[in-house]
Amino acid sequence: MTHLVPAGSPVGSANILPNQPAQKYNPVLQFIEKTFIIAELEVRKLLHDPTELVTRAIQPALWLLIFGEVFAQTRAIPTGNLNYIDFIAPGILAQSVLFIAIFYGIAVIWERDLGILHKFLASPASRGSLVLGKALSAGVRALTQEIIIFFLAFLLGVHINWSPLSLLIVTLVVILGASFFSTFSLIIACLVKTRERFMGIGQLLTMPLFFASNAIYPISLMPGWLQVISRFNPLTYMVDALRSVMVVGGISVTGLGLDLIVLLGATTILIIIGARLYPTIAY
Amino acid sequence: MESNILVTSELTRKFKSLTAVDHLNLIIPPGEVFGLLGPNGAGKTTTIKMLTTLLPPTSGNATVAGFDIINHASQVRRVIGYVPQLLSADGTLSGYENLLIFAKLYDLPRKEQSMRARGVLKFMGLTDSADKMVRTYSGGMIRRLEIGQSMLHHPQVLFLDEPTIGLDPIARNVVWDHLKRLCDDYGTTIFLTTHMMEEADNICQRVAIMHLGKVAAIGTPKELKASIGKKNATLDDVFIYFSGQTLDSGGSYRDTSRTRRVARRLG
Repeated sequence: MTHLVPAGSPVGSANILPNQPAQKYNPVLQFIEKTFIIAELEVRKLLHDPTELVTRAIQPALWLLIFGEVFAQTRAIPTGNLNYIDFIAPGILAQSVLFIAIFYGIAVIWERDLGILHKFLASPASRGSLVLGKALSAGVRALTQEIIIFFLAFLLGVHINWSPLSLLIVTLVVILGASFFSTFSLIIACLVKTRERFMGIGQLLTMPLFFASNAIYPISLMPGWLQVISRFNPLTYMVDALRSVMVVGGISVTGLGLDLIVLLGATTILIIIGARLYPTIAY
Repeated sequence: MESNILVTSELTRKFKSLTAVDHLNLIIPPGEVFGLLGPNGAGKTTTIKMLTTLLPPTSGNATVAGFDIINHASQVRRVIGYVPQLLSADGTLSGYENLLIFAKLYDLPRKEQSMRARGVLKFMGLTDSADKMVRTYSGGMIRRLEIGQSMLHHPQVLFLDEPTIGLDPIARNVVWDHLKRLCDDYGTTIFLTTHMMEEADNICQRVAIMHLGKVAAIGTPKELKASIGKKNATLDDVFIYFSGQTLDSGGSYRDTSRTRRVARRLG
């Protein structure tokens, strides 16, 4: 055993300070704690520099204002009992969450290039908690989008369902969606490893994910093959869940329960894969 | 029967056809400042990455503070501190926050976290800049902060990969002084890599010269200088003698670009 410690304790000599006795750590508590520390880091960064949030608000504003308003005039898209702007508002919320989360991997590559990531990987935080922490960080950023889009939607006269329960579900779905797409992005980052390649793939994925979903038109309008693809697109379930709770009179096509199960299940699977791949980016 | 703080046995890492670290055997007693020297591409960083559990060895093993780096990686992570070669402090947070987050990650008692972070800032001479964003720090300040982050939890072994790369001589001396104080005050074992002979001569009790993944020579700087049979030999001479005097030994384009980037950011 090491003779570094004056007290000369056995394996517990892990700690040099006498006031820091050898501890047993509860793995579940550890996992949760470390996950929230990583998310806290993101909140602190956002508080220091919130400008990004404002620039991020521009794109959804354009979609709602221009695309939404124009297509509302044409009445070309059958949106059931909803008017078009009510129909598209949850879709645009999902879209902006997707856009914010899908490029999250670039931050991972950036942290790898800097060396920040190495230090986290050499710390006692488990790989799983680092990856889930990153996912929640994306969730935190996505929540700011939720607030902005609710505000824009309110200004545009969208019939928002303000009941606390529906707001809670919207928030949950936004966090889940951001977690899913950011972890998806993290996995791609771990596979491609360089910023250039990542940007290419990120661009390549975003639009197909968006258009092969029910974000701006109902699935029933799509050609058969695209309908099939859209059923495998998690964004579809995210939009469906949001649409069913966010606006007055919103109806779920696939069922809110199924939406939540798909999102939760898919996110869990990706977190597990991500936790396996994450250390390899530091090699 | 572990009286040494760090032991590697036949530690090996291959990248495809390249053997970056080749059956490395090192034994380091507690409290020593040990320097791993070598030209770019000699396998220094790969060695540190394996010892800090960032990279699994292809074969062989090592123990740090009695914990095996393969099977007890999570215990190893609790007793080590690590300062990567690359810039590892977060520029978008304050110095204090950089420390606070790591105080939390290392499970320091909640009540002590803030106190310990402030204490480290004081130790590193950063109290006045504690609440400024790290992106406004100078290179030397960033390095001190990074070393501070890695010693918050009073690790038994501190791994430093090229700790003074890209620093001017004044900043370098300040970093050396702090490392020396760290050993004196806490008995921390320091394992560092460098290709600066002056650094090794100045602060290392023992050095190993690594070449093509193997240890070419090991001993105190004095012993090594005596060993090459040249009058008034400097460690530079030793380095050239053992590393094969080649100009183009290793170091890929990517390594070079990283090193330069770090140098630029710190400079």
